[in-house]
Amino acid sequence: MSDLLLPPSLEGVEMVRSVRTPAHLDYSYTPGRAMSRFLTGLAEKKIRGQRCPSCGKVYVPPRGACPTDGVPTEEEVELPHTGTITTFCIVNVSFYGQGMEIPYVSALVLLDDSDIPLMHLVQEVPYDQVRTGMRVEAVWVSDDELKPTLESIKWFRPNGEPDRDASTMRGNA
Amino acid sequence: MAGSRKQRAAIVGIGQTKHMSTRGDVSIAGLIREAALRALEDAEMTWADIDAVVIGKAPDFFEGVMMPELFLADALGCAGKPMLRVHTAGSVGGSTSIVAASLVQAGIHERVLTVAFEKQSESEAMWALSMPMPFAPPTHAGAGGYFAPHIRSYMRRSGAPDHIGVLVALKDRLNALKNPYAHLHEEDVTFEKIADSVMLWDPIRYSETCPSSDGACAMVITNEAGASRGSLPPAWIHGAAMRSEPTMFAGRDVVSPRGSRECAADVFSQAGIVARRREIDVVEMYVPFSWYEPMWLESLGFADEGKGWTMVEDGSTQMDGDLPVNPSGGVLSTNPIGASGMLRFAEAAMQVRGQAGEHQIDGARTALGHAYGGGAQFFAMWVVGADKPA
Ligand SMILES: [Zn+2]
Repeated sequence: MSDLLLPPSLEGVEMVRSVRTPAHLDYSYTPGRAMSRFLTGLAEKKIRGQRCPSCGKVYVPPRGACPTDGVPTEEEVELPHTGTITTFCIVNVSFYGQGMEIPYVSALVLLDDSDIPLMHLVQEVPYDQVRTGMRVEAVWVSDDELKPTLESIKWFRPNGEPDRDASTMRGNA
Repeated sequence: MAGSRKQRAAIVGIGQTKHMSTRGDVSIAGLIREAALRALEDAEMTWADIDAVVIGKAPDFFEGVMMPELFLADALGCAGKPMLRVHTAGSVGGSTSIVAASLVQAGIHERVLTVAFEKQSESEAMWALSMPMPFAPPTHAGAGGYFAPHIRSYMRRSGAPDHIGVLVALKDRLNALKNPYAHLHEEDVTFEKIADSVMLWDPIRYSETCPSSDGACAMVITNEAGASRGSLPPAWIHGAAMRSEPTMFAGRDVVSPRGSRECAADVFSQAGIVARRREIDVVEMYVPFSWYEPMWLESLGFADEGKGWTMVEDGSTQMDGDLPVNPSGGVLSTNPIGASGMLRFAEAAMQVRGQAGEHQIDGARTALGHAYGGGAQFFAMWVVGADKPA
């Protein structure tokens, strides 16, 4: 574009054609009450959700309020460590900082007695045998490695129970 | 509601850059200025004719420049004029267009310039979209890792055959060959090449994903008085709608989100459209992964639930089909993220103005521009037409 009128002081100065702005962010994460219960539960090998007093849905991780009804979810529900794969993908792209061996399965797992699926890894099964409806259980890190993070669950693995019919999970699959 | 009627608004100028993986010849300011100048030239206007500027882009984290609209004000001739920034993730180009239009429809301004951009070559989108949080295990792998499971749900529910995604990608890449501004010009693309490309996030293949582009798009939107000024006919806005919904709630249908269905119902109702498939001549739809074409065809009401893929298979969405989708080549051929939604809106307007060149759909008089963003949770749509709205 040649319509630029430069003041004499800028004549002959090289035009800017690219600007790189390296950015780095460090987070201090303040989880709040509901998420703190969830995260400290993970350090004790417990999965804690919360039930909405209005619609009765159980949220995990709990955010302290039901996004549908806008009311606090104060009733805590300790969830079983089993669930069903609602859907998944097989990741074949190596993503920096991840250190995962590819291909691996990233799945949405609907924990029993909960109403919203959680994304996690599925291992201890060939990736091409993972399927929607497959029953799975949490595999935890060793007790001395437990921390207040979802990484306390290493991954989920098939628990051998018969598949659940995907059409009964409508809304979550 | 006497006195509250919206004023008619029309698109009278459209400009876009040549999109490519690296526009090493211009800065961001130069990139948006290139698109804006082309829109002004198309509108037969100068900077002095513009009352206000509305600019949109995707998250600031991408290029790492916070509030880039501040340093871009000069390049867009905004000194002394109102300037407004819009952000709704990937749908931002669409919602930016709608905000610009609403300033005219509300009678606040007569002529508004709207611009959207992304310079992905100076950006780190994967990093910006993957913030480590203690409640989230590191299982994602960018946007593809988020959307692939939902695509798998669609395939399972609809029983669509595996090659549908390949057909969509092939169509869009072939269409892009007719669009001189498109990023990807794959002269030698074939069904086999796409089908044989590596599975990145199974069921999404490499060639079924969008590229990473530098580019910008701009439009001039005027009121009725300004609509007859130029030599090209205007594209009239017949309806414009936006919706949003939370990323996560129990029972959310991620395949066809309620926000999408309600946004479509609103925009078609505003435009007086009843028989959607028959009355819309061409669609520019936001399809960053090929499977989203059949998914949105259903969500937008062009096909019954579970049947969108049959429109792909029988060629209905090809350029010579009864509902051409993305004759420009779409997001699958050009993806400067912040501009991608505006490109859909602008391409829809180009079609009804008859200025789409080699990818023009003959006789197109009514078109839908569509964009979505976030975790399929922000929606923006407009219906534009060659005829002045009643
Ligand atoms: Zn509730």
